[in-house]
Amino acid sequence: MRGYIIAILILISGNLFSQEVRDAKIPAVPIKTVSGLPFNTSKFNNNGKPMIIDFWATWCVPCIKELNAIADKYDYWQKETGVKMIIIAVDTVHNTTTVASFVKNKGWRYEVYLDQDGKVQEAMNVMDTPCTMVVDGSGKIVWVHNSYNDGDEDKAFEVVKKLAAKK
Amino acid sequence: MLKKLLFITSLFVVPILQAQVLDQGQLHGSMEIDAQTYKPDSVIGAPSVPEKMGMNAFTQLDYTNGKISAGVRYEAYEDALNGYDARYNGQGIAYKYIRFADSTIDVTAGNFYEQFGSGLVLRSYWQYQLGVDNSIDGIRLKYNIYKGISVKGVIGHQRYFWGEGTGIVRGIDGEINLNQLIPHWDTVKTKIILGGSFVSNYQAPDNTTYNVPGNVGASAGRITISNGGFSFYSEYAYKINDPSVVNAYIYHPGQAFLVRTNYSTKGFSVSLSGESIDNMSFKSDRTATQNNLDINYLPALPRDETYQLAQIYPYATQPNGEMGLDAEMRYTIPKGSLLGGEHGTELDAEFSAINALDTTNLNDLNTTRQAYSVNYFGVSSKIYFNNLTLELKHKFSSKFRMILQYQDEAYNKDVIQDEVGYGIIHCNIGIADGYYRIAESNTLHLEFQELYTKKDQGSWAFGMAEMNFGSNWFAGLLDEYNYGNPISNQQIHYYTITGGYTHNALRVTLGYGKTRSGILCVGGVCREVPASDGFSISITNSF
Repeated sequence: MRGYIIAILILISGNLFSQEVRDAKIPAVPIKTVSGLPFNTSKFNNNGKPMIIDFWATWCVPCIKELNAIADKYDYWQKETGVKMIIIAVDTVHNTTTVASFVKNKGWRYEVYLDQDGKVQEAMNVMDTPCTMVVDGSGKIVWVHNSYNDGDEDKAFEVVKKLAAKK
Repeated sequence: MLKKLLFITSLFVVPILQAQVLDQGQLHGSMEIDAQTYKPDSVIGAPSVPEKMGMNAFTQLDYTNGKISAGVRYEAYEDALNGYDARYNGQGIAYKYIRFADSTIDVTAGNFYEQFGSGLVLRSYWQYQLGVDNSIDGIRLKYNIYKGISVKGVIGHQRYFWGEGTGIVRGIDGEINLNQLIPHWDTVKTKIILGGSFVSNYQAPDNTTYNVPGNVGASAGRITISNGGFSFYSEYAYKINDPSVVNAYIYHPGQAFLVRTNYSTKGFSVSLSGESIDNMSFKSDRTATQNNLDINYLPALPRDETYQLAQIYPYATQPNGEMGLDAEMRYTIPKGSLLGGEHGTELDAEFSAINALDTTNLNDLNTTRQAYSVNYFGVSSKIYFNNLTLELKHKFSSKFRMILQYQDEAYNKDVIQDEVGYGIIHCNIGIADGYYRIAESNTLHLEFQELYTKKDQGSWAFGMAEMNFGSNWFAGLLDEYNYGNPISNQQIHYYTITGGYTHNALRVTLGYGKTRSGILCVGGVCREVPASDGFSISITNSF
């Protein structure tokens, strides 16, 4: 019976995984701005243009690599597609107080939020960092990617370009 | 026969159900499977495992339709991987909830995770890698009373493996955002947020030796102030006497105080944190030990270590008492300067010092059992943890970048790992971490690390070569070598070969090799990791 239940679970998962896109709206979950002010993820918007949501942490080496790589290209990306980067720090409580200084030090021009209690990760099924999501202008998650290897940011941008071209 | 019929039927029914559900709302979720085979190895201390393999797995499904959402998480431990509590063995629904949320009210029935402030009096969370799940099964209500004022209340029992703890956890938390509440303050540059919490746990006072309180209450107050690049956060918590196994049934009240402040401007930031913890273990069962049934969370001052050898001696927060400071400075040498080069150079320095509380023994264990008094303005000379980390990151070209790190650490293994006879281990760690981009989607990742110490198991060296093939495949070879072990036949190579595949949210990792015994810590919370030798597979996905 146990094997049967596990098989069903894997089956359910497998069927769903076959979808390359989630096509799900960003859920409405309380989150904090980098200044500690309350916000809600349902208010993420970019005036109908695509967004990239990235879950990261100050201690996560591949996350920093990815965000640095995007920072080098961000001006061009914005000029081409109008895309907006939203980064959500999943640091534990101690580190959340240093997120603002970390970002400022890096010179990243992204919108920064804190998922201090992990609720956004839970609601958006984030398994690990970095987790990169491309969101279309209506707030639908259309692409998800876990982990980071050099050049992965370009895959995200390809999706963004397609979304921008649809408009 | 019936089982086979059910199985075959479900192959067709489940996708149809999925399609119908997806048509009406949104179904999403995540899954992870981790399995490991075990081969006994007396040299590294890997035990003989009768089952020959272990497996942890879960699938979480969440369904959202407008303001209503519901979810379920099914977990299976057949049997649990070594290092996880064997009481997890088995499978079943570990988490289920239904929730209604709009802009004013948010109600959850079933299991939920919650945190008040920084967690000093309440934090229920799930940390799969640590085997920690102290979700509350009950009711949670959040209500935005007025612009800038919000309250939330919780009541329920905590998860305890496949059952629930006996304690009833009740809590209320309020937060006031002065910039939203006070007219015209929304444009004021200085932002101020105040918060306060009260949490109580009831457990029948059924101890036959001590007269223990049935209701244990804890309260906390907090403040956040920010202005441009400056931010300040402080929280203080107090808990009434809470005799338990963890504090050896003393009646000393608990206190915790933390302060974090930082200043940043482009290319430069500095942060300073301090923490004092005194008898602040708060569990919903006074007989619970380890990470079980924790109501609160005591954040660790030092940062989480990510490099292999730096994880040999990680810090774990001491709930019975500690006092510490942490200072960190980051500076980016501008691009185009002599030292900054074409891409800039990043420098990072962090110093952490954590000692025992300055206490005086009251010798009252046969009378009032307060046990000790504390001088909060002093620091004991007993070192728990000292660490100086210096890090340099430099991108030499678009193809090559490097991270160099040096650590000088003093680690009280007897206190942090609850051992005897090790004393303070002083070690020096050097790390070189380089990435070379061979082609558009091919990067070679090389790491060399050395931990030098004359104590405990002696010195270690670590080498890793990892390569990405195209954008989906990767393979790596790792060797952790305990070359300085004072026992010659323990000078072992812990080699691992690993490879895998990633595609969007899917990640499959296969490995074979030896793992040394040690502890794994995330945010100051740790679990033991026993030595192992064998194959492993890990599959994660979300959808």
